[in-house]
Amino acid sequence: MSSTTMDTHATVRERHGQKDGGYAPIPFRTVLGVELRKAFDTRSGFWLLVAVAAAGVIATGATLAFASDSDLTYNNFAAAIGVPMTILLPVVAILAVTSEWSQRAGLTTFTLVPHRGRVIRAKLVATLLIGVSSMALALAVGALGNIIGTGLKGVDTTWDLSFTTILYIVGADLIGMMIGFTLGVLMRNSPGAIVTYFSYWFVLPTLTGLLAANQHWFEKAQPWVDFSYNQNRMYDGGFSSQDWAQLALTGTVWLLLPLAFGLWRVLRAEVK
Amino acid sequence: MIIVDSLTKKYGGFTAVDHVTFRAEPGRVTGFLGPNGAGKSTTMRIVVGLTPASSGTATVLGRRYADLPNPGREIGVLLDASAQHAGRTGREILTLAQRTMRVPRSRIDEMLDLVSLSDEEAGRRVRDYSLGMRQRLGIATALIGDPEALVLDEPANGLDPAGIRWMRDLLRGFADRGGTVFLSSHLLHEIEVIADDLIVIGSGRIVASGTKGELLASAGTYAAAAELAALANALTTAGHTAEMSLCGLRTDADAGQVGRLALAAGVPLTELRPADSAGLEEMFLELTKDDAREGDAA
Repeated sequence: MSSTTMDTHATVRERHGQKDGGYAPIPFRTVLGVELRKAFDTRSGFWLLVAVAAAGVIATGATLAFASDSDLTYNNFAAAIGVPMTILLPVVAILAVTSEWSQRAGLTTFTLVPHRGRVIRAKLVATLLIGVSSMALALAVGALGNIIGTGLKGVDTTWDLSFTTILYIVGADLIGMMIGFTLGVLMRNSPGAIVTYFSYWFVLPTLTGLLAANQHWFEKAQPWVDFSYNQNRMYDGGFSSQDWAQLALTGTVWLLLPLAFGLWRVLRAEVK
Repeated sequence: MIIVDSLTKKYGGFTAVDHVTFRAEPGRVTGFLGPNGAGKSTTMRIVVGLTPASSGTATVLGRRYADLPNPGREIGVLLDASAQHAGRTGREILTLAQRTMRVPRSRIDEMLDLVSLSDEEAGRRVRDYSLGMRQRLGIATALIGDPEALVLDEPANGLDPAGIRWMRDLLRGFADRGGTVFLSSHLLHEIEVIADDLIVIGSGRIVASGTKGELLASAGTYAAAAELAALANALTTAGHTAEMSLCGLRTDADAGQVGRLALAAGVPLTELRPADSAGLEEMFLELTKDDAREGDAA
């Protein structure tokens, strides 16, 4: 054992003797590659991504099995697959950030790359890449389901989902992932961020919906203050310029500002 | 070379690290010794940029840690062997480090070999590792980039006696080849067998530092005699200290002085030697007793 030590380090010292100005900086693609790998290399991460894929296949199967013939349209396949995506993908985003703190892996990550901004940026890019590829996969699975389903039942294959609508759906899902990412950066705690996200996604729309149904003033104000309301409207597509303004306004207040605050803190916080 | 200059870290009104200044020299193992909560880990986290300092500077190989282009290639860091994603395998953790640092893949197996983790063990998830195995994995991660310096926080924790001996040989070899080793411990015996230089910290302040030889010499001389009281009397009369223990005494006089005084007093000595580790331990407890949680009970 000690002879191995000797050998490896003898060469090391020689090389250190030769080098003049130090090593090349770590390129961003390296950090990105490592962050992508980290999304898959733990049991939780691996199964989460398997679940994302499996949910798409199961949703397609369920639509095939239970939908009436006239409901076998691409829109319905896409919608069935989109629901599990909107729930699971933000969790991918959350865990990408929080595992560095909850599992304390950041102690190593941030010493190997002592610029937290680069690591966080790599995490964000990795998260969005995973999101876009999962959705591309889901849409492909849905298309396949649509062709097979209508073929089996002998009805016309309906492609009732425009490319623009697909972009709206992808946009809404990416916003969902950004919300997950923001919660991760803000809370740096996996269970806390996941519970908060699920509350945002499942509980908040119910409450605001109730409020809007009972209070006329809130129904009027809702598009200007309620981000989740605007995010949900994206799944229907067809935004007017006022809709975009409302999305931008609520997105700035509820997503971008909290994200900026969270990043500001993460870049300064102690890593313990 | 690690140079820390007047480093201070305050948390509100509490000063965790108070104007700490020291150097860890290449070719030497520098031990950072202090009771729990003395500021060792905080100092180390500041050195590697995980904690911002309130004031003062720390440089590694002539640069601030954050300015190192690929830190893993120049300084190996192990702050907490348990701070790893429990769901990753040992091999995967090494792979992430290998990829980040952009060193050849073959380094992974070399390092596993070096720290004696078998293929089967490397394939297990870290949650199933013992603390000793985590320390070995942490050492492997620290060494995979062929660094010139090592910063290790309590690396001997959880190692069995054979493991501590292995660690000592490894770090000795690393320093002998010109590397800088900076490691902390709260156990004197552990650090005493490894370190060349010692920095003793208590309550965030450095209370003693120097080569182990210097600190041992300052620990004085141990002498034993049948007529111990007479020997103590002779020493104190001559202006030396004499702290009696069960069957001997420790004094600040050197061996020659003790011998002459004993001869003059007609006291036959049964033992005469440098106070050594026993003295260093007393010094350590003395220096840190205000800060140690055990207080005077220690």
